[in-house]
Formats: sequence, structure tokens, C-alpha cells
Amino acid sequence: MFDFSVVTTWIDQGLRSVMSPAAAVTVECLLIGIVLLALYAIMALILILAERKVCAAFQCRLGPNRVGPWGCIQVVCDMLKMLTKEIITIRHTDTFLYNLAPFIVIIASLLAFACIPWGNGLQALDFNVGIFFMIAASSIGIVGILLAGWSSNNKFSLIGAMRSGAQMISYELSIGLSLLTMVVLSGTMQISGIVEAQNDLWFIFKGHIPALIAFVVYLIAGTAETNRGPFDLPEAESELTAGYHTEYSGMHFGFYYVAEFVNMFIVASIATTVFLGGWMPLHIPGLDGFNRIMDYIPSVIWFLGKSALMVFVIMWFKWTFPRLRIDQLLSLEWKYLLPINLLNLILMVVIVVTGWHF
Amino acid sequence: MQDAILLKIVFYFLAAAIAVFSVMAVTTRRILRAATYLLFVLFATAGLYFFLNYSFLGAVQLMVYAGGVIILYVFSILLTSTDKESPSPLFSLRRWIAMIASIGGICLVAFLVLTNVWPEVHAPATDEVNMKLIGHTLMGTEKGQYLLPFELMSVLLLACMVGGILIARKRS
Repeated sequence: MFDFSVVTTWIDQGLRSVMSPAAAVTVECLLIGIVLLALYAIMALILILAERKVCAAFQCRLGPNRVGPWGCIQVVCDMLKMLTKEIITIRHTDTFLYNLAPFIVIIASLLAFACIPWGNGLQALDFNVGIFFMIAASSIGIVGILLAGWSSNNKFSLIGAMRSGAQMISYELSIGLSLLTMVVLSGTMQISGIVEAQNDLWFIFKGHIPALIAFVVYLIAGTAETNRGPFDLPEAESELTAGYHTEYSGMHFGFYYVAEFVNMFIVASIATTVFLGGWMPLHIPGLDGFNRIMDYIPSVIWFLGKSALMVFVIMWFKWTFPRLRIDQLLSLEWKYLLPINLLNLILMVVIVVTGWHF
Repeated sequence: MQDAILLKIVFYFLAAAIAVFSVMAVTTRRILRAATYLLFVLFATAGLYFFLNYSFLGAVQLMVYAGGVIILYVFSILLTSTDKESPSPLFSLRRWIAMIASIGGICLVAFLVLTNVWPEVHAPATDEVNMKLIGHTLMGTEKGQYLLPFELMSVLLLACMVGGILIARKRS
């Protein structure tokens, strides 16, 4: 398994040999920032294209197919169009909050994005409380959505924002509890530690029944947390025009759009990391030859492949299930998912204490 | 040497952000803007915790204050005030009382700051506090461990919630 920390240490030492340590740290922080922003934008483009293709396939259409092979340049053109569009200012609004809101959403999403373990040794932020930090960072985005809804001075936006706030606060509980269930199994919150702990077997197999329940609950709650269908009430176009981003135009709207897609990827990559082993290849205890063959596939490909699978499942949800009503949405969380989650947590504790996991 | 300068720059940046946004939060006339400035103050405080390498407290600060308390504030502002009505100017008597109270507060704080004997300044800890240590401290019953206060807080919060539901309940 190639360890990417060889590359990063090499860069670090190269920088330290030409400049002072403080300057080297500054340059490294800048480099990481630029790389993360570039990755963020590229991931968004890929995901938007994937969404359009998947949606088209579910509806027996072809999707974008004119610009470039399989229409893959289409999203680049759309991005350029979005970048050149005018940002319309609205009268009778709080301009400061109106302009600030998209940035809060994108910063929250970017902070969570920085924690993703891309491969063996390829991770920007690796705190001791990594998974907790990730949930905390992504919870800031709600503030941006609420501010956007209020400062747009539009009833539809306000209703969308309120729905979104209620929905995201509720489903955050389920996300936290289902991840906590897996933290009980792994014994650490550090993301690299969680991935390392799955060296012998992925957690979804290791923790069998409670891990599977937590996985399903996490997928439902994660889809709701990103405001995607069937939980896309905040922007239900048939009821609320476009919800909290009705009044936004140009790249301000683009920020919400991009953040929504990358948040979907973040949810998928947390699911990959915590349940499906992150970048860890499929290792089965006892089958050494098989494990060694699996090691030949690079870790980045393992991670991206598993994440792509999870992204596909989340898209599948969107284009298959009809949208829920707000009362159904809240009762699903508070009456079903939360009790299931609490019981599941106790079940996992019992299994870990008695050692019934693989 | 340069490391120390870098750390100082980061610290003064965060400290200045906390001071400026705190003042802005109380001087602005629009209540939702005040909540937003408070959010920035809390962000900068979380930044200080990360700066001290205490990532657990930083994450808790983001989660509980930025992600929880501020959202509750914004929700309650959205539900209660229309923000169109500008707050009426304070009565002169109240203004005088407020001024005396704040000057008294400043004097008290200044007295404490100037007369306090500061312990030797420690450099920030270099390694993170282990998650397991925090967990044991929070859940232990021995000396210097915090299970009893933790449980008491949860009972208090439960009582608040029950009280809130009782007040908001529709009487049929």
C-alpha cells in the first residue's frame, strides 16, 4: 500500500530547506487551502454531471450529450455561465446578511470537506476528535440557510429556511447517534484511527446487526441533512418556488448549488469512512493471498470507488421516492429513527462489551 | 523566533476579532445582525481553542454555540420580532443607570486585572488532549471527575424542557 505521507513529508522537507519553519508552515497552509478549494470545485463539477446523467438514466433520457464526449464539457460551460451572470441586488433587504449567507454555507461545507481521508496519508485535518469536528463544522451551514431565508425578504424563502432549520436540527441527532454507535465499535474518534481499525475487516461486517442498522439510519439522516430528495422540502419547487435561495442569483446561487452537491459527497464519504473502511482495501481475516491482491489497488481508488457507490445510492433515493410532507418528515425522525438509534446504541455497547463482533 | 511571531499574529488576529465583533454585536440596531456578530465572536473563540491545540473544546464550541445556541437565537428572532420596528430610545433615567452600572463593571474588572498576580505564562500544550482522558474525566466518580455535575445539568435541562412544553401546551 503506497503511503502518501512520503510525498507530503518530502514537500515539507523541501520547503523547510529553503525557508524558515514558520514561513514553510504558512506556505504549506496556503498550498493545502488552494488544493482543497480546487478539489472542492472539481468534485462539484463531477457530481453535477453525474447527477444529470443518473437522473436522465432513471427517467429514460440521455442527459447532456452535445458538448464534448458524453456531454462532459457541459458542466464546465454551465460553470462559466454561472460565473459571468449578474448578481442582482434586492431592495428592502439586509444587504450585509444577504451577501454573507452563501459564504457561511460554503465555509461550513469546506471545513467538513477538509477532514475527508482521501487515501493512505492523504488527509488535511486529522484531529483527535475528527468525526465530531466534522459533524460540528457541517452544523454551521444551517445558520447560513436561516440567514438567507430571512434576509431575502420573501415569504417563500423564509418558509423554506424555517423548514430547513427544523429538518437539519432534527436529523443531526440521528447522524450524531449513528456515528456514535460506530465510535463505540472503533474506540476512537480520530478519522485516521477509524480507518486503521478496519484493517482486518470493514466495520459494517465487523459490527454486523447494529452496524447495519446504523448504516441505514445514517444514510436516511444524511440524505435529509443535505436537503436532497425525498427530503428536499426546503426547496420544494412546486410549493416554494426554490425555497431559501429563491432570491439569489449568479454565483451566490452557485454557492448554494455547489455546496449542496459537495455536502452529498461529504455524507457519502463519511459513510465510506465509518462503515465501509475508508481507503482501506477489503481485507478478510484468514485469506492472506486475497488480502495481498486487494492491496495492489491504490487506496485513493478504493476511497473514490466506495464514495461513488454511496453517492449513487443517495441519487437513487432522490429519483425513486416521492417527497415527504413536513409532518411526515419530523415524525419519521422523532418517532422512528431516534428510538431505533438509541436502542441500537445500547445493542452495540452490549456487543462490544461481550465481544460478539468479528 | 519566527514561530513565536506567527503564533502572536494568529493570537492577536483572533483576539481583535473577538473584541471588534463583541462591540459590534451590542452596538448594532438590527437584532439579527447582532446574532450574526455573536456567531463571529463564537467562531473566533473556537479558533482560540484550536490555537491552544484543544480541539475537543473547539469542536464543542462550534457544535453547541455556533451550531446550536445561535440557531435557537435566530429561530426565536424569526418567530418573535418583525425587525421593522426600530427600538425606541432609552429613557434618560435608564440610560444613566446603565452608564453607572457599566462604569462600575469596568472599574471592577480593571481592579481585578491590575491587582491579580498572574501565574507563570505557559506555552500552549503541543499535543492534543486525548479523547479517552476527557471521557473518563467526564464520566468518572472519583476526585476531580465530573459525573455528578454532568448528571445534574441533564436533570436541569430536562426540567427546563418539561417546563417549556407545559407553558406552550394548548389547554383544551
